[in-house]
Amino acid sequence: MQEAMIARAKELLADGSVSRVMGWKKGEFSYDISPAVFENADQLVDFVYDDFCGANVSKYLINESKKEGKILAFLKPCDSYSFAQLLKEHRIDREKVYVIGIPSYGKADINKIRAKGIDGVLGIKSEGTDFIVDTIYGEEKIAKFEAMSERCLTCKSKKHVDVDEMMGEEGEWNAESKRFDKVAELEAMTPDERFEFWRGELSRCIRCNACRNVCPACTCVSCVFDNPNSDINNKAAASSFEENMFHIIRAFHVAGRCTDCGECSRVCPQNIPLHLLNRKFIKDINELYGQYQAGANADEKYPMVNFTFDDCEPGIVYKRGGNQ
Amino acid sequence: MVKLNVSKLNDFFAAIAAEEKLYIPVDSADGAAFRPYEAGMEMSKACNSTRSAKDFFFPQVENLVNFKVDHNKKSIEIIDNRTEAEDFVIFGVRACDMASFEILDRVYLSDPVDSYYKNRRDHGVIVTAACGRPQETCFCTAFGIDASNPAGDVTTWFVGDDVYFKANTEKGEALVAKVAAIGESAEEKPVEDFKAGVKFMMGRLPIKDIKLDKISARGLMENFNSPIWDDEFKTCLGCGTCTFVCPTCQCFDVREFKTNEGVIRFRCWDSCMYSDFTQMSHGNNRVSQKERFRQRFMHKLVYFPNNNEGIYGCVGCGRCLRSCPQSLNIVKVAKALGGKD
Ligand code: SF4
Ligand code: SF4
Ligand code: SF4
Ligand code: SF4
Ligand code: SF4
Repeated sequence: MQEAMIARAKELLADGSVSRVMGWKKGEFSYDISPAVFENADQLVDFVYDDFCGANVSKYLINESKKEGKILAFLKPCDSYSFAQLLKEHRIDREKVYVIGIPSYGKADINKIRAKGIDGVLGIKSEGTDFIVDTIYGEEKIAKFEAMSERCLTCKSKKHVDVDEMMGEEGEWNAESKRFDKVAELEAMTPDERFEFWRGELSRCIRCNACRNVCPACTCVSCVFDNPNSDINNKAAASSFEENMFHIIRAFHVAGRCTDCGECSRVCPQNIPLHLLNRKFIKDINELYGQYQAGANADEKYPMVNFTFDDCEPGIVYKRGGNQ
Repeated sequence: MVKLNVSKLNDFFAAIAAEEKLYIPVDSADGAAFRPYEAGMEMSKACNSTRSAKDFFFPQVENLVNFKVDHNKKSIEIIDNRTEAEDFVIFGVRACDMASFEILDRVYLSDPVDSYYKNRRDHGVIVTAACGRPQETCFCTAFGIDASNPAGDVTTWFVGDDVYFKANTEKGEALVAKVAAIGESAEEKPVEDFKAGVKFMMGRLPIKDIKLDKISARGLMENFNSPIWDDEFKTCLGCGTCTFVCPTCQCFDVREFKTNEGVIRFRCWDSCMYSDFTQMSHGNNRVSQKERFRQRFMHKLVYFPNNNEGIYGCVGCGRCLRSCPQSLNIVKVAKALGGKD
């Protein structure tokens, strides 16, 4: 796949259809891949597409589509949802991007490999359903599904939105994904238990803002939390209440726009399962306003900015037990 | 030298914890983390903690002073809320983090001395632990740090079923006396063999010899104007994770938090990766992410050594390699900047 992608990118660069390429660049070891922009065919020697290309590249296209010339972007299914959502919000100039959809069978997470006690990882080779891991302490083996990131295990769709061209095989929407199971578990808790759960998670936040900065739905030119005149732009929280507030405000702000790409949880250096907050909103939207998937379609109005006579009334909060 | 069977380690911890606060690294949801010792805790076997040990001397948030405002009396009362004069012991600091304290000392203990930092330094006892299982992301050797023989008030080595203790300072002697009470005196030999083993492993690490001399040989402006900056920063999120996990990052901001009763003035870590870093009334010094990204690496690899007899502002702990969401880091930058071979 990788070789075919490089060849196709070279073709498009050579015939002048595009002048840059957005993809992934190899690192020091096999797992530390960075998203990257390649300015010419020579730079493509470092281009990779493999099991560790989890980073979503769509958000970078906001800036890239402001520059001269057209950029070729290789998008995984989840990346393409973010891309379509950004188009809907008029953040990306569609004319400036040539999109090639590429399949993803799930991406690996180095932290899961490390959590299995495999350390000193130098290189990782894919071999059937296993990874053969070369470490400074010898060779190890791990089943791929054990190394797969959480978000990929509950992937909502292997099908792309809005691509100009497809390479490899197009997949299907996965109605059977178990992505709301953990949310349902949290809903079943008592309010106190739930509060404890989130306190335990959010109190570990170091407020690096990686979750916000990587999020394709967080595209405000200047975030309210960075505004020195807002009175809430503390770089660290003076109390744990503030920390909760940051996350709750952010979750509200992306409600209905979050495509569930899972980047927030992937990038968090403190392993906070932020996607659960957003999934709660997605689940509620589905239940209260009817099935809706952000980014599935670039034109459709989304429930949070729309009104229909079937919309639920605010009193739903009490019916669902909000007054407990 | 004194040794103690690992099974008795918790007795030793309990003896210290009975008198002062003791922190040990334990496994937690966010990797190994230093936590106050409680009975029954098990020490983490991880190579190093996810967050660095600088937190003990330079915490992420630190209250400086409170002001109580009385609107009726039109008065402002200044309330001293300082807490940094408590004795504490940190157990299990690695050689890289120990070296980072020396870097922080150069900043905070030089004139004007930062009394908050100094108090914590004076009241802390540091027990280091030699590394037995370095990781692929470790490159402390590039900075001349010996992972098998860290400094500190006390140095420890975990060899087989025993922990060996050696005091290096007066504060350390007092602590080792507590070990002697439950342990036994020991030969140096096993420790020497262990050190040789670690050195052998260190020699096999993949990124140990990034060459920094080429960067240093070049002038400041040449590094500053290098074309690599146009490329390397492009996918940086400007999140500041790298600066927060870094044991040598030393920048802070002073902020105020208003409550009904008054004002808490606190300081917190800042990051040169942030858009409002060193913002002044005229605006910002570094307006693009490229400039912010360049600042971080120029500070570590060029500015700091220029001002500190060649000592780099990095200790090779590898945290920024492990934590950067997009896998951008100082090793990649150093190699791109001309340190490859
Ligand atoms: S990425 Fe994690 S630690 Fe950083 S601000 Fe977000 S939740 Fe907090
Ligand atoms: S280098 Fe990495 S960790 Fe640092 S600000 Fe950029 S994206 Fe964040
Ligand atoms: S720059 Fe990176 S490797 Fe160097 S001390 Fe900081 S976190 Fe560690
Ligand atoms: S300027 Fe940047 S790299 Fe240097 S200490 Fe401050 S935050 Fe760290
Ligand atoms: S960088 Fe060196 S001292 Fe630090 S944990 Fe790794 S091997 Fe130990």
